[in-house]
Amino acid sequence: MSAVLKVENLVRTFGGVKAVNGVSFEVMPGELKALIGPNGAGKSTCFNMLMGQLKPTSGKVYLNGKNITGKPPRAIWRRGVGRTFQITGTYQSMTVAENVQMALISHHRKVYSVLPYAYKLYRDEALALLDVVGMADQADRACAILAYGDLKRLELAIALANDPKLLLMDEPTAGMAPKERINLMQLTSDIVRDRGVSVLFTEHDMDVVFAHAHHIMVLNRGELIADGQAAEVRNNPQVQEVYLGGGTLYKQEIADA
Amino acid sequence: MGFFVAQLLTGLANAAALFLVASGLSLIFGVTRIVNFAHGSLYMLGAYFGITLMNILPGAFGFWGSIVLSGLIVGLIGVIIEMFVLRPVYRAPELFQLVATFGVILVIQDLALLIWGAEDQLGPRAPGLKSVVRILGEPVPQYDLALIAITPFILLGLWWLIAKTRIGILVRAATQDREMVGALGVNQSWLFTGVFFLGSALAGLGGAIQLPKGGADLLMDLNIISAVFVVVVIGGMGSIPGAFVASVLISVLNVFGVSYIPQSTLVLMYVVMAVVLLIRPYGLFGREEKAGEHGQVGEPDRPIRPAGLVGRSFVAVLLIGLAAVPFLFSNFSQVLITDIIIACLFAASLQFILSTGGLVSFGHAAYFGGGAYAAALLVSYTETPMELAFLFAPLAAGLLAIVFGWFCIRLSGVYFAMLTLAFSQLIWSLVFQWYDLTGGDDGLVNIWPSEWLSGTTTYYYFTLIVGVGGIILLRHLNHAPLGYTLRATRDSARQAEATGINVNVVQWTAFAVAGALAGLAGGLFVFSKGSIFPNELEIGKSFDALIVVFLGGVKTLSGGVVGAAFMETIKDWLTRLEYWRLILGLVIIGVVIIAPDGIVGSLRKVSEKIGLRRTEEFMK
Ligand SMILES: Nc1ncnc2c1ncn2[C@@H]1O[C@H](COP(=O)(O)OP(=O)(O)O)[C@@H](O)[C@H]1O
Ligand SMILES: [Mg+2]
Repeated sequence: MSAVLKVENLVRTFGGVKAVNGVSFEVMPGELKALIGPNGAGKSTCFNMLMGQLKPTSGKVYLNGKNITGKPPRAIWRRGVGRTFQITGTYQSMTVAENVQMALISHHRKVYSVLPYAYKLYRDEALALLDVVGMADQADRACAILAYGDLKRLELAIALANDPKLLLMDEPTAGMAPKERINLMQLTSDIVRDRGVSVLFTEHDMDVVFAHAHHIMVLNRGELIADGQAAEVRNNPQVQEVYLGGGTLYKQEIADA
Repeated sequence: MGFFVAQLLTGLANAAALFLVASGLSLIFGVTRIVNFAHGSLYMLGAYFGITLMNILPGAFGFWGSIVLSGLIVGLIGVIIEMFVLRPVYRAPELFQLVATFGVILVIQDLALLIWGAEDQLGPRAPGLKSVVRILGEPVPQYDLALIAITPFILLGLWWLIAKTRIGILVRAATQDREMVGALGVNQSWLFTGVFFLGSALAGLGGAIQLPKGGADLLMDLNIISAVFVVVVIGGMGSIPGAFVASVLISVLNVFGVSYIPQSTLVLMYVVMAVVLLIRPYGLFGREEKAGEHGQVGEPDRPIRPAGLVGRSFVAVLLIGLAAVPFLFSNFSQVLITDIIIACLFAASLQFILSTGGLVSFGHAAYFGGGAYAAALLVSYTETPMELAFLFAPLAAGLLAIVFGWFCIRLSGVYFAMLTLAFSQLIWSLVFQWYDLTGGDDGLVNIWPSEWLSGTTTYYYFTLIVGVGGIILLRHLNHAPLGYTLRATRDSARQAEATGINVNVVQWTAFAVAGALAGLAGGLFVFSKGSIFPNELEIGKSFDALIVVFLGGVKTLSGGVVGAAFMETIKDWLTRLEYWRLILGLVIIGVVIIAPDGIVGSLRKVSEKIGLRRTEEFMK
């Protein structure tokens, strides 16, 4: 089976700082893969290069074998990559359903259409997507008054609008209560199972990562130090060094291993 | 050769005042991220205070002392403005601050009129520097040489202040990284006040120091502000060296322009600016502006829905009422309502990009006047039938918006605002100076509608149909996918880009649509009046539109129309008052600070509060 996403030697520098330094990996179809690492490791930077928000200093990104390096986000989205952000960017002045409808309007290339009422377009499709994330009952509420956890679920529904082959989720559970986190990750892994999409996500909650991810990659100071299954990664001495040595995270989790 | 040198020296001397004002504006912007539109007014105050003081204080000491004192006084006035007008709106989006400072312009205009009268005042000449020096045979005023000598010291002084003092460190820190000021343990509001003092004082100095070359009059505030904008846009916002280089460039260019191509001096300035921005979008020394430096004020806009049965019935009744006007009222009221409808269409077209698109255009008059002139020129020169010429108005305005939009859309926030303003000034100066084609100040006359449309009542119905049609079209666009997409780009450009939307092209399209509909309003206007003059392209015209949208409510769909109808109705009465600018200015400032929701937004809130109107479904 060939990889959905293939990254070769990705590098990005800011001034003199190497935020991402020669990262290579693959994501397989139907795979739920995690990218973890301490704060400032370069996870968001990496994501921004995959989706085109940032241009890599060097390196290549392939989607289904096609080179998409340096293409703008909207072009990459058209090729079937959905994305959620660490800081949500939903349309505050629209309702929940309209947020999804907006993505559907773009997907069906109706952005410049001037005749129909937008709020009526693709509403059923939008409701179906909202149903997937359990937000259908809030479809007609203004986005501005949603709880944070609901916003995150909404973002997921929006990201599914173009029927993506690959979903990139940057810290999907950041800022959520522990119980909500588990629910959201459960939801994500259901989506992976039911729709056959691949998901690459970053996360700092180890419980979430080890419970759901098929494979885990560890990024430290811009370099990938591990890429494998949960057990391998846990036992990787370099990884233990980073987490124990750095003292930042989850000694408990690693000690359990 | 001698002539050339003399010209160069005049240009350099003219640069002094321009640099002082521009560096003040730039400094204030760098630290507070506020574009002080009233900066030209501070310059004007500097000139008036200068004259008053020079008449009291004798001799050379009195002369130079007056200049310094004027600077200090104007600095203090700047502090008052900062504390009472701007402090309450620092966290608001640019638009609110720009409109607030525009209110200040109006207030200062009338206060100056009140204190110094309407007469232009001649500036006294500098004691000891009253004669001319011959350089290569050409006479050069001594005072010009003095100015040329002084300017580098001012630049040096500012440089020293910013590079070498603690205040300067704070200013630089704030300019580069707004978060850092807090980290340095400084009271941010005092830093802002201090910078406002300094920047305002520089404008006041500029006004006073140019007195022997110019004088003081009530138009100098708006006259200098567009030149100052050109200077800071070319030099780069927030950059003092940039302000210096650009002031010299523009002043020298102007002087040579006057001698060699007197018909296009003003145009030249804007062409240079456009060229610089093409190569360096943030000016010669500017930094890229980070989006979202300003937050949202208050609650976000609410979701929208097409009007329900009640709303539509109300509009239907209103339209029937308007259609009945010729049967019930005089010609005078038909003319008044024709004016009102045109103003409403113009405001609605601005609101489309301003509110729905978040694009703060400060030069929307270019498309209104541009459309009107396009039609008028066709009629005047080619005897095109009125019907065709009328259709040409929105077409030409739309094309103009496509061209200007291409430059402007790539920028955002205050850069966008200033660039749109500068482009509208470009059109204004073209029309104003190209006398042979446009008649300059004399305008174009005898532009009447065809036989079947002439007569007050007939044209009234024509305006009613076309104007209301345009307004309804705009309203529908807000609800159509294009309008939704535009709103999406405003709410979150990043999210829009990440879901396949080309933000720039969508905004550009909307800009063109708004331009075309402003042009439609301009077409209605020119045939209703039978003439067109350059004042329909002035800064004031663009501001009128901004202000009515603001009064009506930026965060509503109907704010522009309601605000324009309101303003146009009371204008006749208002402008008959002696100090109407003062009143209007204070009202604008009051609305910005106290009732930022405007008429429609406030009414909506009040009626929800007292239970006249149900809270909308989506707000529960
Ligand atoms: N736009 C930027 N300019 C300069 N440095 C940046 C920028 N974005 C990220 N960085 C730096 O790159 C490094 C990686 O950041 P990031 O990718 O956000 O880490 P993570 O998401 O893993 O916490 C950090 O040191 C950060 O300071
Ligand atoms: Mg991150």
